[in-house]
Amino acid sequence: MNFKNTKAYRFLYNVFHLYSDGFRNMTIGKTLWAVILIKLFIIFVILKLFFFPNFLHEQALKGQKSEYVSKQIIERSK
Amino acid sequence: MYNLLLDITNATIDWSRAQFALTAIYHWLFVPLTLGLAVVMGVAETCFYRTKKVFWKDVARFWQKLFGINFAMGIATGIILEFEFGTNWSNYSWMVGDVFGAPLAIEGILAFFMEATFVAVMFFGWEKVSQGFHLAATWLTGLGATLSAWWILVANAWMQYPVGQEFNPDTMRFEMTSFLDVALSPFAVDKFFHTVTSSWIVGAIFTVGVSSWYLLKHREQKLAKASIKISGIVGLVASVLAAITGDNSAYMVSSVQPMKLAAMEALYNGGKSQPLTIVAAVNPFEQPDYVNEQHAPLRIAVPNGLSIFATRSLNGYVPGVNNLINGYTHPDGSTVPSFAEKIASGKKAIVALQKYREATAGLKNGAALPAEAKAQLSTLKDNIKNFGYGYIKDVNDLVPHVPLTFYAFRAMVGLGMLFILFFLVVLFFVYKRDILQYRWLHWAGLCILPFGWIASEAGWIVAEMGRQPWTIQDMLPVGVAVSNVPSGSIALTFFIFLFLFTSLLIVEINILTKQIKKGPEYAEVTY
Repeated sequence: MNFKNTKAYRFLYNVFHLYSDGFRNMTIGKTLWAVILIKLFIIFVILKLFFFPNFLHEQALKGQKSEYVSKQIIERSK
Repeated sequence: MYNLLLDITNATIDWSRAQFALTAIYHWLFVPLTLGLAVVMGVAETCFYRTKKVFWKDVARFWQKLFGINFAMGIATGIILEFEFGTNWSNYSWMVGDVFGAPLAIEGILAFFMEATFVAVMFFGWEKVSQGFHLAATWLTGLGATLSAWWILVANAWMQYPVGQEFNPDTMRFEMTSFLDVALSPFAVDKFFHTVTSSWIVGAIFTVGVSSWYLLKHREQKLAKASIKISGIVGLVASVLAAITGDNSAYMVSSVQPMKLAAMEALYNGGKSQPLTIVAAVNPFEQPDYVNEQHAPLRIAVPNGLSIFATRSLNGYVPGVNNLINGYTHPDGSTVPSFAEKIASGKKAIVALQKYREATAGLKNGAALPAEAKAQLSTLKDNIKNFGYGYIKDVNDLVPHVPLTFYAFRAMVGLGMLFILFFLVVLFFVYKRDILQYRWLHWAGLCILPFGWIASEAGWIVAEMGRQPWTIQDMLPVGVAVSNVPSGSIALTFFIFLFLFTSLLIVEINILTKQIKKGPEYAEVTY
């Protein structure tokens, strides 16, 4: 059976065209996507990589996170 | 190495809190408008679906465009909060990971798949899918956003009322014992409905505000009038529902977070038949002298009002700040321990935790617990409900900032009452009079625009500032939840965020106002 004649193909074809036509014909949407991409770059590349390391990952040895947290939790009561 | 890391300064705690507050407040500028506009555009498109009049389609498309701008600007602003958990709040993050994992994962999946799918159909699907399917996509976009808010609010509600969990001293985690208890906790359910209905108010106020601007400019009058009719009803229903859920929220706070209620009311000395404070001269700049003052000066109050709200009884007992500090006896004879007793109990729990971990150090998985470990575990369990109190050095540290909580609560409730009146007036003039003739009402509609956000943010200030010093109620104070990160580095990222958020907000307002000035694109030009 030719896949192009199946309902699944037509469905996927329609979904693809929904998105491709939609993106092609955007007006204000193009500006918004530009803002979103710049924002995501700042958040995930600049902020996450340089300013927001995983603190426990850096401070505690592998498999020792609960030990590290317990020391923090217990000592801070003193 | 550990000892060097244990010197937590107040600056680290305060900058971590300030940064989280800044991010959350910024994120919350977008969320309520998304949830609120979803209803307005859904109703407009339903009108199109039912009447088949193209005018309604234009109305729906216009509000969908503004929804889209706001949606795009809000995307990923919440992700930063999760970065902050990992960096600034690592102890907290580790300890709640098991409880928060499921709700936040569900939120992520819902937000990504449901919203992303239906948003695309809503924006790209006009003329490509059937009207019924498109209408369903529009409503499901709003529903997706609302359901993803549910899971975030479940996580927040759990911090206020930590149910369905048990602390595991081996893993140092609060582990979920009942998903349903967490997901359907009465605190979460009420918080969800209160937050969502208050967000509908923001959407309705925004719609009335933009429509009023058109009326002042003598533009798009038919669209503006139709939009005011929709948003007036949405706003009034939402305002009434927010009042009802808010009342229930206060009732629950009275039993679970009585100190928050005492701060909201500046109630220093409680008792039976407590009045509800309308206004009082609480000094906004410093913590009141609650130990020596009988009550806040120049208080105007409704007799028995607070007892009714807090206990559903005219003569119900409501504890004040001093009662909570010193302990009190309910009229039914049950006693509530003083903070000093709770602190002693919390210290026992912490010592037991330390001794338990010492006794089990090096023990292989599955090995029987030594007698000492069993004894310490028993002590820990007996005192775990007061665990967080063990870190408190001064009982006054358990009193939240009264002026901020007091005034934020009044701003929220006062504006909520104003919104009910406002929407009643708007509905009267739009349905019973020719609203085009009343310029004062157009000005009022425009001027009230920022107050929807002010009320909504004030609500969060009450919820979060009112529960200080807790990250998790009674379990984990902020000073223990925070990571030992140098305060300077948190201050630096605070100002980076301030710059980033301000820039993004300017961009959003710019794009939004340009679209509003441009106005709707009509399929028909006859109106």
